[in-house]
Amino acid sequence: MTRSVHRTRRTVQLAGAGAAALLALSACSSSSDSSTAKATPSGSASASASSKISGDLTVFAAASLKESFTTLGKEFEQAHPGTKVNFNFGGSDTLAATITSGAPADVFAAASPKTMAIVTDKKDAEGTPATFVRNQLEIATLPGNPDKITSLKDLTKSGLKVVLCDKTVPCGAAAQKALDASHLKLTPVSYEEDVKGALNKVVLKEADAAVVYKTDVEAAGGKVAGVEFPESSSAINDYPITLLKNAQNPAAAKEFIALVQSPEGQKVLGEAGFLKP
Amino acid sequence: MTDTNARRAALVPGSEGAAQGLDAHLVVDRGTFRLDVRLTAAPGDVVALLGPNGAGKTTALRALAGLVPLSDGHLRLDGTALERTAPEARPVGVVFQDYLLFPHLTALDNVAFGPRCQGFSKAEAREQAAGWLERMGLAAHAGAKPRRLSGGQAQRVAVARALATRPRLLLLDEPLAALDARTRLEVRAQLRRHLAEFEAVAVLVTHDPLDAMVLADRLVVIEDGRIVQEGAPADIARHPRTDYIAQLVGLNLYRGEADGHTVRLAAGPAITTTEELSGPVFVAFPPLAVTLFRDRPTGASARNLWRCEVSGLETHGDQIRADLTGELPLAADLTTAAAAELELAPGAAVWATVKATQTHAYPA
Amino acid sequence: MTPLDKSGAAAGPRPGRPRRRPVRAGRRGVPLPLLVPGLVALAFLLLPLLALLVRAPWATLPDQLTSSEVWAALRLSLLSATAATAVSLVLGVPLAWLLARTNFPGRGLVRALVTLPLVLPPVVGGVALLLALGRNGVVGQLLDSWFGITLPFTTTAVVIAEAFVAMPFLVISVEGTLRAADPRFEEAATTLGASRFTAFRRVTLPLIAPGIAAGSVLAWARALGEFGATITFAGNFPGRTQTMPLAVYLALQNDPDAAIALSLVLLAVSITVLAALRDRWLTGS
Repeated sequence: MTRSVHRTRRTVQLAGAGAAALLALSACSSSSDSSTAKATPSGSASASASSKISGDLTVFAAASLKESFTTLGKEFEQAHPGTKVNFNFGGSDTLAATITSGAPADVFAAASPKTMAIVTDKKDAEGTPATFVRNQLEIATLPGNPDKITSLKDLTKSGLKVVLCDKTVPCGAAAQKALDASHLKLTPVSYEEDVKGALNKVVLKEADAAVVYKTDVEAAGGKVAGVEFPESSSAINDYPITLLKNAQNPAAAKEFIALVQSPEGQKVLGEAGFLKP
Repeated sequence: MTDTNARRAALVPGSEGAAQGLDAHLVVDRGTFRLDVRLTAAPGDVVALLGPNGAGKTTALRALAGLVPLSDGHLRLDGTALERTAPEARPVGVVFQDYLLFPHLTALDNVAFGPRCQGFSKAEAREQAAGWLERMGLAAHAGAKPRRLSGGQAQRVAVARALATRPRLLLLDEPLAALDARTRLEVRAQLRRHLAEFEAVAVLVTHDPLDAMVLADRLVVIEDGRIVQEGAPADIARHPRTDYIAQLVGLNLYRGEADGHTVRLAAGPAITTTEELSGPVFVAFPPLAVTLFRDRPTGASARNLWRCEVSGLETHGDQIRADLTGELPLAADLTTAAAAELELAPGAAVWATVKATQTHAYPA
Repeated sequence: MTPLDKSGAAAGPRPGRPRRRPVRAGRRGVPLPLLVPGLVALAFLLLPLLALLVRAPWATLPDQLTSSEVWAALRLSLLSATAATAVSLVLGVPLAWLLARTNFPGRGLVRALVTLPLVLPPVVGGVALLLALGRNGVVGQLLDSWFGITLPFTTTAVVIAEAFVAMPFLVISVEGTLRAADPRFEEAATTLGASRFTAFRRVTLPLIAPGIAAGSVLAWARALGEFGATITFAGNFPGRTQTMPLAVYLALQNDPDAAIALSLVLLAVSITVLAALRDRWLTGS
């Protein structure tokens, strides 16, 4: 009896080892790909190395990354024919929550280390997340800045309708940090559920100003005016990116992360208003 | 049309130009159906609109109440033109077929509804309503909701509710149709009394000739949107002019050409009558006047003897109604015993006779 | 000859109408094709609620619910949902009457448009409300320049957003009841001298009261759960525009346990209110 049980268990172990070996093999090949890409981060090199990459890639990314990641996704698909990049943009917290609930995703790019920690704490990330960009807060005002807002302090003027992100989302936490650092007390008309919500209130001229990311101001084009403020340096947000443990397509995922970190990717992100890490 | 008008004028003396009473020419066009009916009545008259389903009786009633707009014609009540008046402003009371008592209001408040709308205070309206219920013998049920009332009680509340607005024209749509046979008898008698007391014009719609004849002074028979006959109930019962009316009043009716005592029917045999007439006539006789024989009766005169076949049998109280086809299609009534003796069954061949004295001929 | 007597008989026997429908047969023997899907539906609806109960952080629940923000959000939710229902009643019942009782060109289209907020994603509804009633909106602009009123970010905006999504439920429910109600009662009232409005007020309204009650409950429930239109049009500020669904959503961002706790409170309150209403209104009469 005991023997047979033992043997069964061993069989299972063997099978498990086999599967692990298979996984390791594929992981090796893909990691060599990505290291190649890293070593020679030129477009042509990554393209030549990418011949084995194909299939769907699912990227969960913070809402503020929407424009730049969409551009990078198209570049990726062009460089690796046969791949398709699916994005899920949203509040980093929501995305983190869905990932920990088992949503199928290959890559997670968060707007703050805190939200990334939700994923790493649950051991859903593969390896250590890397900071790939940083985002700085900026004040978004109505076009032409009619209220003459030049500093964070100006936002506390009475009669001004200011929206902030809710403290539970990164942009809100960062704004609060900046306000605390300058010992300012600001009562907004609303704590928006995400940064786009805050920005849109200004775009729609319902609010006079919002504290959002520089990238959001860039993305809004001429619909809002951006005002930089010195206190923002105390609340710069790191954006971490990571491969996920449950990744269906780790090869493509690693290649995408490499692209984001490449000079080419950094150029696209820089144009969107992101700072280099 | 002209002689019809003349006859109506004769029936209702002074209806032309007289200020009092009802003077209506109701024309309602509804695509395939057109109602075109002239109605006149003096105060105190009870007019019954009688007709088969779909004849337009209810449409006529709704037109009088203002619930259906007139396409043409006119409506004058006591000299006032009403055809453009909204229903709520017409001095018209309606008793609907299923009464339409407001289910959320007590009997008292149902009756008080009209006076309330006329501007009486709640207390005054209720006092008046209580008076009406008293008169209807319903004082004990004043606080009851309609669903607690019996059919007869509900009908009386509906009449009281309509009368409480003191209308100059009371309309009753099949006022007895919703009642069972036993209640009907009792309520019919009460309604007759109330209508007799009512000083203005009452128009009731019914498909039941008995209701019409008991309740109304005058019958107006409508078929297919038009008046086919009108007059006193007894007159119509004796001189039906359409098959529908003859059937209603339970007569066999034939149209033919009279020559002395003989009426030759358009298609079929001749009927011998006691009246001596000439020209187009109607001949009528009741089913009870028909005698049936299994074999050709010997010794009987050959007059008014027809060879027929039983096409249907129907129990009618303690009588059997036999529908016959053959030389002369007719209905015959006989006792159950007689039917058994004759071994009547559908398809049976019989001989039918009618005595000349039992027939009634009149000009068509 | 006695024609009167005979005529009665000749009129033919009145069809022997049964007085009442036969008493309903016993409830035994529920057909399987109804029973099985019915039970599946019940399980489907209750399972998520059950999961909420199972995973609720019962140990820390008292701590989770001591924050004043929770009670402010709950209070605001109940107040605004009730106000939105009241607005829906005052405006929606007349609209339902117009749709059910009058005939005007394009009525079918209007009816379809009325139900639009039902299919509109609530966030889109919120944006539409901003564009209409916002400070810079089509009508809101005038409100601001004429009366100095700006609606967004106010409790009024919460009520407006909730009424916008909840009113169609009431209108549809009341219109259905009106269509089912016998319009001849209104006719009877007019023949008794009642104007159309009096007939509506004194006869129709009491007759359709159950439908209005059912519609109100639906509208109230929808308003209570409203999220998208509210956060878009009214924003999120504790005590002023942060209703329970907003509080739950934001709590979910970084503290799922708190979100579950808040959901439980909302659930408990809604069930209590709905059960109480059902007892008092819906099963009445």
